[in-house]
Amino acid sequence: MNDPLSTFFVVFLAVIMALTLAPVLQNNSARVWENLRQIKFVRKNGVFVSTYLVGAVVLWVGLMIVAPQLYMVDYSFRDGAIGGNPEGHTLVNYSYLIFGRESDEAWFNWLHLQVFLRTIIASVMVTLLAFALCYPIAYYLAQTARGGTARLFLICLILPFWVNEILRAFAFRILFGSSGVINAVLISIGLIDDPIDFIKIDVAMYAGLSYAYILLMVFPIYNAIESLDHNQIEAARDLGSPWWRIHYRVVIPYAKPGIASGCTMVFMLSAGALAVPQILGGPSSLWFTQIIYDWFFSGGDWARGSAYAFVLLFSCIIFVLTIMRLFKVNLGELAK
Amino acid sequence: MSSGVDLEHVSIRFGNFTAVDDANLSIRKGEFFSFLGPSGCGKTTILRAISGFNEPTEGVIRINGADMRGIGPNKRPTALIFQNLALFPLMSVAENIAFGLEVEGVKYAERRRRAEELLNLIALPGQGDKMVSELSGGQKQRVAIARALAVEPQVLLLDEPLSALDLKLRQHMRSELRNIQQRVGITFIYITHDQGEALTMSDRVAVMSAGVIQQVGDGTSIYNNPQTAFVASFVGENNPFFGKVIQADNQYAQIKNKFGTLRGRNTQGLQEGDAAILFVRPESLSLVEGTNPPENSIESTVLSEEFEGHSIHIHLEGEGSKHIALSLSNDGVDTNMHVGDKVTICFDPDRAIVLPEGELADE
Repeated sequence: MNDPLSTFFVVFLAVIMALTLAPVLQNNSARVWENLRQIKFVRKNGVFVSTYLVGAVVLWVGLMIVAPQLYMVDYSFRDGAIGGNPEGHTLVNYSYLIFGRESDEAWFNWLHLQVFLRTIIASVMVTLLAFALCYPIAYYLAQTARGGTARLFLICLILPFWVNEILRAFAFRILFGSSGVINAVLISIGLIDDPIDFIKIDVAMYAGLSYAYILLMVFPIYNAIESLDHNQIEAARDLGSPWWRIHYRVVIPYAKPGIASGCTMVFMLSAGALAVPQILGGPSSLWFTQIIYDWFFSGGDWARGSAYAFVLLFSCIIFVLTIMRLFKVNLGELAK
Repeated sequence: MSSGVDLEHVSIRFGNFTAVDDANLSIRKGEFFSFLGPSGCGKTTILRAISGFNEPTEGVIRINGADMRGIGPNKRPTALIFQNLALFPLMSVAENIAFGLEVEGVKYAERRRRAEELLNLIALPGQGDKMVSELSGGQKQRVAIARALAVEPQVLLLDEPLSALDLKLRQHMRSELRNIQQRVGITFIYITHDQGEALTMSDRVAVMSAGVIQQVGDGTSIYNNPQTAFVASFVGENNPFFGKVIQADNQYAQIKNKFGTLRGRNTQGLQEGDAAILFVRPESLSLVEGTNPPENSIESTVLSEEFEGHSIHIHLEGEGSKHIALSLSNDGVDTNMHVGDKVTICFDPDRAIVLPEGELADE
């Protein structure tokens, strides 16, 4: 019972048991139950189911999401540098991202700011690329394909995701490398003389990121378009509409929540991706997550790492909310 | 030729299934034409072929004389009103109506003006800024009509557009549709399985069964002079009597049946020995008073009696599991009939029709 892990579990279980058994063990337990039953949610689902649901959500949101994040927020305001004061709170980690070290000559921390901006812009590009790739697929699957074809298509889309991310990224290196398959083909058909360095010009990284998140883009859009009444497409066509206007006026407005949901996920995950930029990124193109990673593991400065991570997180959230505002999508619609 | 829509030997097959079999038809310009038939008879397939959503496997469809082969639905002078209307839920009423004009590149102010005009036509003035979801069923119906009329089609195709409405609204929309058609003066092609709709609104009706056009004609001729057993049994209520023709001339044919010999009009040139069905409508049957049975009299047992105010419906035992339905108008005197009574009924041979044996419509 001395090792920290089992101690942790004992405490953990004790809390859960206390929470669930408290009402039962109380003297006036009858009244507690009575009060519980007054709540509509409890009445509808029964005491045990509702206790489980509420408990699971509280555990999930509270214990696993909010608590560790709050801890990291606190961390990001501390001085984690070697020789610093770990007690009091400070803004030094945030100011470092913007202004750099005080002793530096430059006014701003151009290197990190540039990487940050480039990460955001590149993620937007990846999102747009993924959307351009996935919208036609999703539309085809949802409206045109018949049962068997659609299933085959979906399996072909899902199967590659059984391969883990690292392996997929390295496979892309083989594809895009200087002596890779694509260069070999291009040279052999005489289109180019010298191999193109796809990795240096970030083509491989864009391709890898778009590929990694294709499903996250396809499925929300597919779901949205699938519920669109095919008669509406035919009605638009019957009224003389060319195909592009049908998409622009009928399908895309209808699928907007799905598109927003897909784009948000792809954007967030691209901006927060680590493996793909690490493996497929060119030597000169640092991804912001790589800097965060370095703070945590090479620099040993968790405080600064968390500060950087929060800057990335909040910037992404603000960016996404702004875009959603611009396109008039509600947050609630994303969960549709 | 300034005819509206012509079907020339149109057959439409899906794999081995023949949805429409050799349809030949000429629909006149400005006519209200209905296709009437049970579900699955191929009427919607014909409509979709006219609007361009599927191509005939064989044959030609002409609109105003122009061959429509290879011309997509967006290039045809037709507009289709869908069964579920298919209004665009994310557009306002005016945007819905003006969608076809928007496609044509008409400027906003002009679109707005046209939409307002059409809203007046469908008696919804000033409602252009509402969303579709704020409208009632009948209003949506009218918006769908306005949306289709906005592109000024030469032919308006309607795919059972009233089926989702309740009875009262449906009856109201019937006369509304007929009014609109007379005001705009274009060809309406209407699909329905409801004979009441077809007979009340249409100039002419085509009755379809299993992909085949059985008969084309106006309401009266379809009802009074059916040409096939299917039409006779599908349109209105009819009592079939199965038998063999024992005597026939140009005017009448006589069949032998378990009830005796029955005589009716012979419009299809039946010959002696042909298998035939004699049809007589419930309102053409009358009770025989007295003991001297006239021609075409049938003796049977009363199974049930329903009093409906203006008329009295009586069911008599018929052949096999079939009943003979009899409808008497209420003349104020009690019929004095009881279940189980033996009665004799008869009919005028001019109000019965003998047709070649054929498939009957499902009850």
